[in-house]
Amino acid sequence: MSVAKLQVRVEEVVPVNELITRFRFVSRNGAPLPAFSGGAHTVVEMEDHGTRRMNPYSLMSDPSDTRGYEISVRRDDQGRGGSLFMHRHVRPGMEMVISNPVNLFGLDTRAKKHLMIVGGIGITPFLSQTAQLARQGGQWEMHYAARNRALGAYMDRLTGAYGDRVHCYFDEEGDKIDLARLLATQPIGTHLYVCGPKGMIAWVLKTAAAMGWPPQALHSEEFIAPPTGAPFEVQLAASGKTITVGPAQSLLEAIEAAGVDAPYLCRGGACGQCETNVLRHEGEILHADHWLTDEEKASNCKIMPCVSRFAGKTLVLDR
Amino acid sequence: MSLDFKPGAFNDFFREETFRGDFTYRNSPHNIRRFPFPFDRDDYMYAVNMEPHVPGRIGSVFEKTFDVDEHYVAEMIDRAKVLADDPLRCQSLPHMTLAGWDLLELIMESKARDYPEWFSLEKNGNRWRWINRPLGIDHSFTFLDEATLPYGPMEYITRQTQGDFTLQDEREGTLWMDAGIATSQADWSVDFDIGMSWHEWHAPVPLAHEMGIFDRALKFLLKLQHGAPVRRFNWTMTVNPLLDTAPETYPKWGPTKTSLTQENLGQKQHLRVELQTLYRLPRSNAIAFDIRCYLASFDELMTVPKWARRLHRVVRDIHPDLATYKGFIRNQPAMVEWLSKYDDGKPTSPGWWPEEA
Amino acid sequence: MTLTPVEPTIKSRPVYAPLEPRPGHLHLIIADGEGADAVTDMLAKTSDAGQLLASAHLMYCPGPNGTDLTERLRALGALQFFRAPTIPALLPRLKRVLVDAHMGSQFYLAGTEGLCGQAETAIMQTGFPASAIQKEHRGSTVRRVQCVHCKGITENVATDPFQCSHCGLSLFVRDHYSRRLAAFQGVNIDAEDPGDVPPSVVRFK
Repeated sequence: MSVAKLQVRVEEVVPVNELITRFRFVSRNGAPLPAFSGGAHTVVEMEDHGTRRMNPYSLMSDPSDTRGYEISVRRDDQGRGGSLFMHRHVRPGMEMVISNPVNLFGLDTRAKKHLMIVGGIGITPFLSQTAQLARQGGQWEMHYAARNRALGAYMDRLTGAYGDRVHCYFDEEGDKIDLARLLATQPIGTHLYVCGPKGMIAWVLKTAAAMGWPPQALHSEEFIAPPTGAPFEVQLAASGKTITVGPAQSLLEAIEAAGVDAPYLCRGGACGQCETNVLRHEGEILHADHWLTDEEKASNCKIMPCVSRFAGKTLVLDR
Repeated sequence: MSLDFKPGAFNDFFREETFRGDFTYRNSPHNIRRFPFPFDRDDYMYAVNMEPHVPGRIGSVFEKTFDVDEHYVAEMIDRAKVLADDPLRCQSLPHMTLAGWDLLELIMESKARDYPEWFSLEKNGNRWRWINRPLGIDHSFTFLDEATLPYGPMEYITRQTQGDFTLQDEREGTLWMDAGIATSQADWSVDFDIGMSWHEWHAPVPLAHEMGIFDRALKFLLKLQHGAPVRRFNWTMTVNPLLDTAPETYPKWGPTKTSLTQENLGQKQHLRVELQTLYRLPRSNAIAFDIRCYLASFDELMTVPKWARRLHRVVRDIHPDLATYKGFIRNQPAMVEWLSKYDDGKPTSPGWWPEEA
Repeated sequence: MTLTPVEPTIKSRPVYAPLEPRPGHLHLIIADGEGADAVTDMLAKTSDAGQLLASAHLMYCPGPNGTDLTERLRALGALQFFRAPTIPALLPRLKRVLVDAHMGSQFYLAGTEGLCGQAETAIMQTGFPASAIQKEHRGSTVRRVQCVHCKGITENVATDPFQCSHCGLSLFVRDHYSRRLAAFQGVNIDAEDPGDVPPSVVRFK
């Protein structure tokens, strides 16, 4: 199944703070874009001077607004260059290609209440979710931590629209979410959603599990940026090709660059779509995804080429 | 029972017919040729067999997203009667209302695009006007405001659409059938199955679990994307052109299975084909599952020699567990005897289309 | 007496696992009949049963076969103990407790399938994930069955086929199970050949 794509034009580029910039896309032919569900993301394709980059970003606009989609991108000066391309080169009027929305972080709409815990740029999926809940009705409460007031993107918008439902915390002012108290006082049937830095997600999930929250009520989303690393060679058995994965290239990108069609939905180690069978390997598979179980990773029978790499002599994939 | 729509008169296209009582349902010669005969070879076993639901051959049941055929008006009258008798055939758990609106939007937009002579949709923001000429409906309402519809959104639109529907919520790595309407079902109960997970509601199906069919199909469907619907076939057998073979009314229609003779079999025994289509819905992220039922009598099918030969071979050789599950094991010998007269043993061409005349 | 085995069957038929102690600030323990043994077995697995019981609310009723282990459970010394005469008399209290329960509560259901299923349905209605509710089947295997024709539910069905207590049709008992209704499905056995009803056999005890 290949990914359905949307032909869009950049309508607005708005700096939000020193690290974050917001982009608004509209369809090139003026037709409405598809509605989507709160928490959905799109994969943005970038033609970066000969390199095609495809990064997933959460949609932050109102899901029922079919006139345009908005994303916010945090600049990562140490990354492979996708966010830098968005910040430096994307300008209003530019034509781009993005994927149809896909949701890996949807609301459980049976929940009695939605408890949202947010760190920094992790706010973006919650902006579309709160817009959906505001229309549909539903109890929710948000706890949003940022480094300082200047970096608390969209805090004013949220507190202005939703008042006491939104609680803000600033690391530099010594604020800390009182997680134990928060988790002990939620009505039965509450679902928890967390998005933010890796450490924060792990802290919230671990604390909740220790307090008896079932995993089925805990939802998190983290797109992993493909790590850089030493180049390596891969044999693609089904297509009979041998390719080399460059230091700043992901295995998935290298497969695509060789003209081999490979499925994907998120390109960030979360959706499972690009799961590929390992036919033979001599060396170490560097698993970096959230998809495979620990047992599957240990068995080395499968790899997620969007984020995982390889170090060693031979890697043969069923692709 | 009173209808809350006034069908535009039956005409040269829409047949006036019944699916109960005197059973006047028939297919026109044109409609037989477009019947979705489900066997692409001379034998049958389960397969996931899903393919993209893209516009197909002109005139076929795949030409449009939601096929509207000569039985449309009569089927909608039959559905209204079933729902009046038993409102439990249509249920939606509270969290599925948004998915119902998604389905309404999908069907209205598709039908207005594909059949502008029969359906039209005008939008002014969320103020919508829907015209359904065959059923005599002209209704203005506010999109996403249930108070402006006479029923919930799923029920409203499916009272105007052939096919049973379920709406499936995605949670915990599986799909949950949390809303549905069924008045032309092959023996499953909305009231009983609503709220079940994918593997639970398919539980009664024999063999397929062990074959891994449902695991593979679920994995496929969880990746289903908006704008890229898929379709597959299913089939069973029904005595009389009875759309509503519900377990609820089984004591009423069950005895008809004993009424077959070699003399009446061609007229009474029907092949029942389900064209199943699946759509990812945008606003709710739910999946809509359309189970569209097509009925053709054995007499009608025998007018296509390729189908006559093939149907005999499939019914003769089917796995007994499947014949039992599909409810025709007791009549299988009689069906094979009857069908054998139409099978001259010649080879059949691949694929399900009738041979070109 | 241990977990009642379930014959391998179709995928909608509930499966059960021994209760395990889990962390939580409230332990809601609902049992009937021999389910009392599952509760004491679960408590034996924790090094600090006293701490669990100090935050436990235990509700119990005798089983449909008459098994009544009330005094054994009362003697455990749970924070709250309640004995109901029957399942319908127990459920209103459970629903009341759920109204102001918080996340971090653990649910332990033990005993007949009717008790486990009906308590599960009440808990699910709060939005709590059904798959996070622990259930251990012990004791009687009699079933709660919905007549697919008239929709009436017959409790404590022991024979197959049986006569629907609402509409009187002869029903055979499927393994197909609805969590929403907390019931198995009963389907008319002589629909195709009216009057041709095989003799009832005791399938559930």
